[in-house]
Amino acid sequence: MAALLALDRVDKSYGALKVADSVTLAVDEGEALGVIGPNGAGKSTLFNLITGDVAPDSGRISFAGADITAMAAYRRSRLGIGRSYQIPHPFANMTVFENLLVGGIFGAGRGEKDSYPHCAEVLELAGLIDKANLPAGSLTLLQRKRLELARALAMRPRLLLLDEIGGGLTEHECNELVETVRAIHARGVTIVWIEHIVHVLLSAASRLIVMDFGQILAQGEPRAVMADARVQEVYMGIPAS
Amino acid sequence: MSTAPAFTTRFDVERSTQLSRVSAVIACLGLAVLISLPWWGETGTMRLIAEMAYFLALAQLWNLLAGYAGLVSVGQQVYVGIGGYVLFATSDWYGVHPLLAILISGVAAAVISLPMALIVFRLRGAYFAVGTWVVAEIFNLFVAQVPQLGGGSGYSLTPEIVRSVAADRAGREMLMYWMALAISIAVIAFVYMLLRSRHGLALTAIRDSEAASESLGVDTYRTKLMIYVVTALCTGLLGGFIFLQKLRISPEAAFSINDWTVVVIFMVVIGGIGTMEGPIIGLLIYFAMREMLADYGSWYLILLGIVAVAVMLTAREGIWGLIGKRFDLHLFPVRRRLIQRPDSDGKPG
Repeated sequence: MAALLALDRVDKSYGALKVADSVTLAVDEGEALGVIGPNGAGKSTLFNLITGDVAPDSGRISFAGADITAMAAYRRSRLGIGRSYQIPHPFANMTVFENLLVGGIFGAGRGEKDSYPHCAEVLELAGLIDKANLPAGSLTLLQRKRLELARALAMRPRLLLLDEIGGGLTEHECNELVETVRAIHARGVTIVWIEHIVHVLLSAASRLIVMDFGQILAQGEPRAVMADARVQEVYMGIPAS
Repeated sequence: MSTAPAFTTRFDVERSTQLSRVSAVIACLGLAVLISLPWWGETGTMRLIAEMAYFLALAQLWNLLAGYAGLVSVGQQVYVGIGGYVLFATSDWYGVHPLLAILISGVAAAVISLPMALIVFRLRGAYFAVGTWVVAEIFNLFVAQVPQLGGGSGYSLTPEIVRSVAADRAGREMLMYWMALAISIAVIAFVYMLLRSRHGLALTAIRDSEAASESLGVDTYRTKLMIYVVTALCTGLLGGFIFLQKLRISPEAAFSINDWTVVVIFMVVIGGIGTMEGPIIGLLIYFAMREMLADYGSWYLILLGIVAVAVMLTAREGIWGLIGKRFDLHLFPVRRRLIQRPDSDGKPG
């Protein structure tokens, strides 16, 4: 079976800095893939390449059997690639509910009225239903992170890219968020999740990749990957003996 | 995680507010008074109201373009000018009835705006503003070189064409007045409906975050292009009408950045950019100042400048930005409010 998402030797440099160095990766439908790596390892760039925010220098990216390497970002979203940004990008002057409608109407390609019930349901799932009519600009950090997630869900994605939605949250808030993501995964959405908090990924991901200097350093079963000596050195700063 | 059944039975979406319903009724009454004006008002008042009407329409269009689509153009006078000249050319050269020619003015402006967009859309921010201005100036210089259009000194509509609009002067004044109201209200209603539609939702999203809009499936380029062309169409219509009313056209008047863009930007910025209420307040302030200071010559321009600077320094979102935000007022609501039904297990909606 072909993978849902496949990257084939994808390169991207900013001047002398290689942020993606021959990245080859396949994600199967229904998988929950965790991504870790030090700052500047190219994790967010990986997402930007997949969503079309950034164009690769070379290589090929395909999604659901289609070559999307040169496809515009909005078309990739309509194919079913949803994302949350590391730094939340709320539509600050719109209500929370309307933020979701954008994804429901344009991403999922439903009519406006058809989108209402689905978006209300996602708001409940994300725990934002009582904030539905507030301007998104008035939300707290946790609520903004939830909004990022909810908005991406409103577009009924097949693949959901989560970029550090747990960052800056308390332990308790983070656990709540993990539960929400698990519920989404249980509905059959494929997930790729970047997170610095390793135990979060260990509890939610079925596979883990470690990135460093734009390369995939190691990948496999999460606990085995974390036990890898190279990963310990790069990620935990434990020198390899 | 929720397992609740059909959500349509539990939620409604409300688009209007109490205030907006009341103000809509008041606006309709006000409109009825305005429509009846020719039977009891003076010609001077009619002309003033007509002028205010089309300036309000121009202001709403510029607000749509700059305040919503983020396309800060200072070259919209090009579409007023194109509209005006197309009206003169089609009625003079081809004998098209002037009222039909107004429609052609709008279509022509839209057709020309497409290739123009392909050029100016390559520019961003301040460069876009300067680019649109330069394009407008090019049209100004070009038209002045065409003797069939009266060259640099312009020309007037022939008496036959003027008579084809209405038999006598009084009849023409009345017709022009009602047309000013009709076209302006049509344009403003169109802008409002656009903002309430899914396109308005996309525009607001793009304004807040272009990257996030794309990631949610919004085609940002096409949305902006659509707004640019639609704005050109409406501005062209207004341009055709304005110069049919004036009966005389020249490159200086038709492509005047001061008359058709600077004044309009003043209204929108003073009143509150990015709201439909703002341009109305800006319009009232502009005309109040103009009428009060009419006897003081260029002093009124100096005062306008001072007011503009003062408002921009103290209230960057304009006057409506201050009032509307503080009291959460929406005379033209575009929002969608999700409300839970009191009888959650009630009949399906």
